[in-house]
Amino acid sequence: MIDRDQVLHVARLARLRLSEDEVERMTGELSGILEHVDRIGRLDLEGVEPTSHVVALENVLRADQPRPSLAPEVALEQAPEPLDGAFRVPSPQADA
Amino acid sequence: MAELLELTVAEAAARIAATELSAEEYFAAWQAAAAGDQLNAYLYRVEHPVDHQAMDGPLGGIPVAVKDIFCTEGSPTTAGSRILEGYRPPYTATAVRRLDAAGARVLGKTNMDEFAMGSSNENSAYGPVLNPWDRGRVPGGSSGGSAAAVAGGLAPCAIGTDTGGSIRQPASLCGIVGLKPTYGAISRYGMIAFASSLDQCGPLTRDVTDAALMLAALEGRDPCDSTSVGIEGGIVTPSREDLKGLRFGVPGELARDSFEPGVRAVFEATLARIEELGGEVAEVALPSAEHGISAYYVIAPAEASSNLARYDGVRYGMRSEQAADLLEMYESTRAEGFGVEVKRRIMLGTYALSSGYYDAYYGQAQKVRTKIAEDFSTAFGAVDFVVTPTSPSVAFGLGEKTDDPLSMYLNDFFTVPMSLAGIPAISIPAGLAAPEGGGAELPVGFQIAAPAFAEQKLLEAAYALERAVGFAARPGGGDG
Repeated sequence: MIDRDQVLHVARLARLRLSEDEVERMTGELSGILEHVDRIGRLDLEGVEPTSHVVALENVLRADQPRPSLAPEVALEQAPEPLDGAFRVPSPQADA
Repeated sequence: MAELLELTVAEAAARIAATELSAEEYFAAWQAAAAGDQLNAYLYRVEHPVDHQAMDGPLGGIPVAVKDIFCTEGSPTTAGSRILEGYRPPYTATAVRRLDAAGARVLGKTNMDEFAMGSSNENSAYGPVLNPWDRGRVPGGSSGGSAAAVAGGLAPCAIGTDTGGSIRQPASLCGIVGLKPTYGAISRYGMIAFASSLDQCGPLTRDVTDAALMLAALEGRDPCDSTSVGIEGGIVTPSREDLKGLRFGVPGELARDSFEPGVRAVFEATLARIEELGGEVAEVALPSAEHGISAYYVIAPAEASSNLARYDGVRYGMRSEQAADLLEMYESTRAEGFGVEVKRRIMLGTYALSSGYYDAYYGQAQKVRTKIAEDFSTAFGAVDFVVTPTSPSVAFGLGEKTDDPLSMYLNDFFTVPMSLAGIPAISIPAGLAAPEGGGAELPVGFQIAAPAFAEQKLLEAAYALERAVGFAARPGGGDG
């Protein structure tokens, strides 16, 4: 259904580091769930419109007017590492 | 004081409005009750006296337990996750603001499955909530803290969120009323997103009248959520006493052996009540509903994997200490901050959306969603409501299903189709039944679903049925 390499690939896409145990468990559990879910793959739904939103709404518009938003210092208050009005993060390259 | 806690929200609000009851005294009585929480229902309680000025309104002076998924400015909001430990949002959710505008005040924030992913409350990073009827059993989830607080006498009313059953199922397992309104009835602004095309706020209350009162305050269009539309004509207190001329459809696909015998007995007895009240019970066909769980467990994790990408240790929440570079910081933060079920859903959703699989999973699931919505439209051409048990079983034991994610997901069998169709559904307590393995009797919920935005009609029918059923049992409050 889904193998170890696929689990590792998906974990990388999702920015999740999994322990060896988690990889093992996830491979089995996801396979079981996907087996159940795969039932819908066998249905003939040719020509059926997909539903992305249940309420009939389109193009909800508002006037393009400036209005107050969160002050920068408020927006930064919860940051793990605020710095000079910005969010500080580690370097993208450890050795750079 | 104990007598104050016996009042329904409607009764207390009326007494406060008539100045027969002091809002301060009433609120303080509930603060004292909440402080005695032995169910792990609360993650945070408001302990200071609240400002009772400007508490006029239909919910004037009413304390509300708020699921910890709603942002409340300046007070902790965790969504049951380690990754948001210590987070204090800079703004308040519209639903909470609307309750506040109606005169209600937040009593505390309730425990929940992490990011609302779960049917037992065992996925909270802060420990499971215990069912007030039997502390060895789960309260249901994901709004388990809200349901246990109301059922256990720790709050007069609560709000929760329902993505695939997260209000209705815990209401059923705890013996209270839980209403999932139509998608779009209530703003989702400030409600931490799980699956955006399904998430909806709703009340958990002791009775149908209180649910109506809360919905009246909560519903409405919000410029901050462009998918919100409100309920045309608003909501009034229900008063209907019979069910004459109303047709209730039982899905023919509802295999009667797919739920516990005790649940079946209560369900059948409730159908008989409907007929005694002049309602008609008919069979309807929902041929695609059986694929609801499969479609839901593609759509909800797919949307969750996208929504939860924001928790990366940059702007708020926890950040891992292990962070030699940016990528490691992301991966370690998410590895340490998320629990096992959240990781499982992120993985499932990321897989379903990944290159080469999108059409087979997400695309196909959205088509199933269309088929299920069409089934309901067809059914509502012939009947006024569709009824099912809310949950296939009464409350199950703590730890009973944690090793088998698929069997946990199947708990949502009766509630997921309505979520996918976006229609309103209510669970009302209909009786007691012994669990399959034996033991003391536990509450059984009866689910009634109605066409989109037909909440008033739904509440009227639920009110009439509630009176006829006369469910008066309360948790024993044993020593657990």
